Amino acid sequence: MTDHHAAAPPSGPVPWDKDFALKLLADMVRIRRMEEKSAEMYGAGKIRGFLHLYIGEEATAVGALHALSPEDNIVATYREHGHALVRGMDMGAIMAEMYGKSEGCARGRGGSMHLFDRATRLFGGNAIVGGGLPLAVGLGLAGRMQNEKRITACFFGDGAVAEGAFHESLNLAALWKLPVLFCCENNLFGMGTAIERAESQTDLCVKAASYNMPALKVDGMDIVAVHEVTKQAAQRVRAGEGPLFVEYQTYRFRAHSMFDAELYRQKAEVEEWKTRGPIHTFSARLKVEGKLTEEEFLAIDAAANDEVAAAVAFAEAGSWEPVEDLLKDVHTPAEDAP
Amino acid sequence: MSRKLNYREAMREAMHEALANDPRVFLMGEDVGMYGGTYAFSKGFLAEFGPERIRDTPLSELGFVGAGIGAALGGMRPIVEVMTINFSLLALDQIVNSAAAYRHMSGGQFSVPLVIRMTTGAGRQLAAQHSHSLEGWYAHIPGIKVLAPATIEDARGMLAPALADPDPVVIFEHAGLFNMEGELPDDWTVDITSARVRREGKDVAIITHGGSLPKALAAAETLAAGGISAQVVDLRVLRPLDTATIAASVAKCHRAVIVDEGWRTGSLAAEVMARIMENAFYELDAPVARVCSEEVPIPYARHLEEAALPQAEKIVAAVKGLFA
Repeated sequence: MTDHHAAAPPSGPVPWDKDFALKLLADMVRIRRMEEKSAEMYGAGKIRGFLHLYIGEEATAVGALHALSPEDNIVATYREHGHALVRGMDMGAIMAEMYGKSEGCARGRGGSMHLFDRATRLFGGNAIVGGGLPLAVGLGLAGRMQNEKRITACFFGDGAVAEGAFHESLNLAALWKLPVLFCCENNLFGMGTAIERAESQTDLCVKAASYNMPALKVDGMDIVAVHEVTKQAAQRVRAGEGPLFVEYQTYRFRAHSMFDAELYRQKAEVEEWKTRGPIHTFSARLKVEGKLTEEEFLAIDAAANDEVAAAVAFAEAGSWEPVEDLLKDVHTPAEDAP
Repeated sequence: MSRKLNYREAMREAMHEALANDPRVFLMGEDVGMYGGTYAFSKGFLAEFGPERIRDTPLSELGFVGAGIGAALGGMRPIVEVMTINFSLLALDQIVNSAAAYRHMSGGQFSVPLVIRMTTGAGRQLAAQHSHSLEGWYAHIPGIKVLAPATIEDARGMLAPALADPDPVVIFEHAGLFNMEGELPDDWTVDITSARVRREGKDVAIITHGGSLPKALAAAETLAAGGISAQVVDLRVLRPLDTATIAASVAKCHRAVIVDEGWRTGSLAAEVMARIMENAFYELDAPVARVCSEEVPIPYARHLEEAALPQAEKIVAAVKGLFA
C-alpha cells in the first residue's frame, strides 16, 4: 500500500468579498450535507444502485463551477452530485432522482450516476470512465461551428487518464483548437487502484502537455486556488486559445462507492488528508480575515440542513413513473424533435 | 425520367445535397477530406465545403464518434463516417453507452441527432479483420435505428430521413454494392421504417438485406427457371424490424429462407426467424431455413472466403431443401 502524504492544509488570504466567499462556502456545505443524507438514505434502502460520494472533494466542483458561465456546457462523471447542485439544479430534483422517483431530474431513469439538466447545460452524469471526454470534444466543436461564446468544461477523474478516450480526446481538442476545459479531479485512486499502480507517469500534466496544450496543477482542496486558476483557464479557453487541462489534486474521504471496504488505503492516510478538508480549512481562513463568524457558519449549516430536509421530503412525496411509460423516450417523440 | 448511376454516386449525391442544404450538417471521419473518402464518396467535398465541414480525423474511432455525439448534443447534424464496421468496434462504447442511451437515460432531456455511416461486409479477400458483418449487433441496441441500403434508390434516399431523425441512425453500406449500377427513379424519396418486396413471388420468401440482396435476387432468377417462384424481401431497416412485411410474405409464400452475411449464432437471421415463429407460425408449410456465413473468421484465400459466405447457389439449395 502506498502512502499519499498530505501537504499542509490550505492557508493564506482569501481575495474575495464576504458575500462571494460565503456563497462558495455555503455550496460546499450544501454538497456535504446532501451527500451525508444520501449515504444515510442508502443505508435506509431509499437509494439503491451505485452511490459515489464526493465528500472531501467539494472545493473542486464549487471553486471550478463558479468560475464558469451559465451558458457553458458541463460534462461530468458518476460522482457528480456536487456538480449538479452547484450548477443550479434543485436539490429536490437530485434527491428524487436518487430515489428513482419521476420527479427526479431524469425521471428516475438515471439515478445517482446520471444526473442531467438541460436548463443548466449539464450533459450528464456519464458512468463509463472517460466516456464524457469525447462528448466534450464534440460539444466544443459544435460551439465553435455555431460561433457560440460558450466553452465546455469536462470533469473526469485520474482513472480516466488511463483510458484511450482521454488520449484521443485531448489530441482532437488540441489538434482542432477547441474551446474545451479538461478538469481532471485527481483523487489519487481509480476505484481502489492507487495512481502509482495505474500510471507509468503519475504527473498527469506531463501527459496533457504532450498534446500541446497548457496544463496547470492546482491544490484541489484549496477553493481559492481552484477558483482563481479555473477562472484564468476558462478565460483563456473562451478567448480562443484552444483547450486547456487543469489537474485538481484532491482526495476522497469516503469509500469509492457504498460497496467499498477500503482495503487499499491506510486509515491514517485518510485522516491525514482530512486535516486538509476544504470546508473547515476555508472556514478557518475566513474567520482569520473576519469574513465569517461561528454564528454565520452555523446559519449556513442550518440552511443546508433545512434544504436537505426539504429535498428528502420532496423525494419521499414523489411518485413512481408509471410502468406504461417504460419505453417512452427510447426514441424522441416527433413533437419534441430537436 | 429515371437516370443511371452507381451506388457510390448515389451516396455521394445524398451527402452533397445534405451539406448544401443544411449548415448544421458536416462530415467527419478518416480520410473524408484530402483523400476524398476511402471509397471516394466525398471526392471534391473538401474544396467545396471547406475543412471545418469536411473534417479529416486522426485514427481515433472512439474519439471522433464520441465527438459526433457531442456535436449532435450541441446542435449540429453530424455525419460521422467510420471507415469500416471492423473499426467501429473501437467506437462501440460511445455508440452503445452514450448515443443510444442518452435520450432515455436523461429522462427525455437530450436527443442525439447523429448519423453514423460505415462500410460493412466481406467478399473482397480482406481476411478476418476487415470482413465483418456485425450490423446484427447494432440492431440489438434500443435507442438507435439501423439501416442497410442495398439499392441505388436507398443509397440516394435514405440519408435525408436519417438526418431528419432526432435520434442516432447507423447506416451500413456493403462494400460489394459500391460499383453496382441501377436506375434511379424520378421520385427516389424513401422511408426508413419499412421493408420492401424487391421481387414478387408466391412459393418461398427469401428475406435478406444489404450485400446479400443481389445474391438473393440471382437465386430467385435461377429458381424461377426451375419453376419455383421466390419473393425477395429486402429488410432495409434492421432496427426497428418491419415485422408486418416479413409476416405478410411468409403468409403469402408459406416457406421462408433468411439470408444474412452475419454468423449464424445469435444473428439477425435468428431474430427474423423468431419473429416468423411469433407472428406467422401457422402459415408455415416447412421449417424456416437460413443461409448465413460459416462460423469461422473470414479467410483470405478466394475459394475459402467464397465458401464461408452466403452465395446464390447456397440460397438455391436452401430453398430447394424446403420442397424436398
